[in-house]
Amino acid sequence: MTDRIGNTVVGVQNLRMRYGSNDVLDGVEFDIRRGEVVTLLGPNGAGKTTTIEILEGFRLRSDGEVSVLGVDPAQADEDWRARVGVVLQSWRDHPRWTPRLLLHYLGRYYAPYSTPERERPYDVDQLIKLVGIEEHADQKIRTLSGGERRRLDVAVGIIGRPELLFLDEPTAGFDPQARRDFHDLIHRLTDLEDTTVLLTTHDLDEAEKLADRILILAAGRIVADGSADQLARMMNREAQVRWTRDGEQFVHATPDPTAFVREMLGQYEDISDLEVRRATLEDTYITMVQQYESGEVAPGATAFEEVGR
Amino acid sequence: MNPTTNAIKSGFARGWTEFKLSLQSPQDQGFYVFMSVLVLAYLWFNRNTEIEGTNLSYPTVVLPSMLGALLVFSLIIGPAYALAMEREDGTLLRAKAVPHGVVGHVTGHVVLNVLSILPSFLIILIPAALLFDGLMQNGAKGWTTVAWVTLLGLWATLPIGIIIGSLAPSVQKVGTWGMFPVLILVGISGIFFPIQDLWGWVQTVSQIFPMYWVGLGMRSAFLPEAAAALEIGGSWRTLETVLVLSTWAVVGSLIAPVVVRRMARRQSGSQVEAAREQAIQWVR
Repeated sequence: MTDRIGNTVVGVQNLRMRYGSNDVLDGVEFDIRRGEVVTLLGPNGAGKTTTIEILEGFRLRSDGEVSVLGVDPAQADEDWRARVGVVLQSWRDHPRWTPRLLLHYLGRYYAPYSTPERERPYDVDQLIKLVGIEEHADQKIRTLSGGERRRLDVAVGIIGRPELLFLDEPTAGFDPQARRDFHDLIHRLTDLEDTTVLLTTHDLDEAEKLADRILILAAGRIVADGSADQLARMMNREAQVRWTRDGEQFVHATPDPTAFVREMLGQYEDISDLEVRRATLEDTYITMVQQYESGEVAPGATAFEEVGR
Repeated sequence: MNPTTNAIKSGFARGWTEFKLSLQSPQDQGFYVFMSVLVLAYLWFNRNTEIEGTNLSYPTVVLPSMLGALLVFSLIIGPAYALAMEREDGTLLRAKAVPHGVVGHVTGHVVLNVLSILPSFLIILIPAALLFDGLMQNGAKGWTTVAWVTLLGLWATLPIGIIIGSLAPSVQKVGTWGMFPVLILVGISGIFFPIQDLWGWVQTVSQIFPMYWVGLGMRSAFLPEAAAALEIGGSWRTLETVLVLSTWAVVGSLIAPVVVRRMARRQSGSQVEAAREQAIQWVR
């Protein structure tokens, strides 16, 4: 039970997933400690969903070591299920039920797992208030909007007061307001319940707002691992210098723009339209992901490897 | 409480909730009424036909058979479609995500389908009793037979529906795997005309499946003893009915949990997502 003493809730080593001859995951490694909020960030098709489904025990891996709450999810039993919350991307299930009925029903399964420290399930009224669907609690689920439905999904995910919560692209299709409300909800959950959270997203901004730590998954590997600040510093090392000479435009990327510009201005007199620009976190992330995916950079061979270690 | 017992109890609660929601749903009410009107209209148009060699009218003989066929049809097709649908819409994944959720979920299906047979029978039997004379010839003893044939029939066919629903690759495929064979069975199991009119090998095939035996059991409940002369061997063959249906019940109950477990193990979010993508394509 390393999660109680050693604080490692999720441990992943050399995780591989192969479909036919295609390696979707090619040696993924990371750890999550108790109480952390970690986002798994990456472009579509990078294997985020595959990774999270392996951790949830919904999918069998091809190779590697995985431990979730001290147990291999591929062999985990139903008692382990009671400690893990999964927020699913619901679609059209239980159309005739109301959120209140569904939460009461699903909550029943957790009653045998209630302990004095962690009372299970969550009180349904309290939960409905927590996720902010009071007005829709007795309305047919079919009639809920996308955002309301997703809040219900979150409520279902935490009805059993999980020690570890998985969310796969929880805000896909949200408008900005719904997104902000959702972020508040996640913060409230982790503050109140000491819940460890792993969520996937392809939105860098969201990762930055929510996470204690960001993992970037590209080309089947974790290519960066660190806090948003650490990543920003590591990724922002190159700047773009643009200028015009003889009516021709030039662009140059350099880690030391000051020295470059000083030297350039010393050499030429007819430089105009000079512009020095630091890439944003997002620019750098996109460039980096593109490099990894096109195979320009051999995985593991960059400076990002050391980030956050 | 033991988590498994707790899950089964939760499944009963689920079945009851689903049943209540179904009775309140205009869609399901419409389905019940539609079935009833269909059956009654068919019988009404044939009300003046007499069964050859007896003084029994066509509706008195065919109504019990149709109740049997309706039971088998509903108990196979209902859960088959529901389970295939639930694999695609994420209902099953939700069940899988909670401790012992799949056990409770399947219990819910059993309870719902068993309960649903009551309104579907009543909505046909009550108006039929008003429209046609002499439907039930055997009084209380007959109703007892209706009860045990129904229970045994439920038990013999529900596992088949659950197995088809778990194996069918998609909702559309339930038509091929479930609907099509069941409709053929309706045609060859002596529901609308005597089974003896068919070739010998077809009679053999139909006597393997529960449809024929549930129909026969229902006729034995409603019709007078003399009508047994119309059946194969001139008998209601009650012992054979019990044996065949029990065999299906036992074998089905042994296989269904294995198939459900295998299906549940394979269920994942990506599968639900893929089905959703497909459905969006359909709409477009």
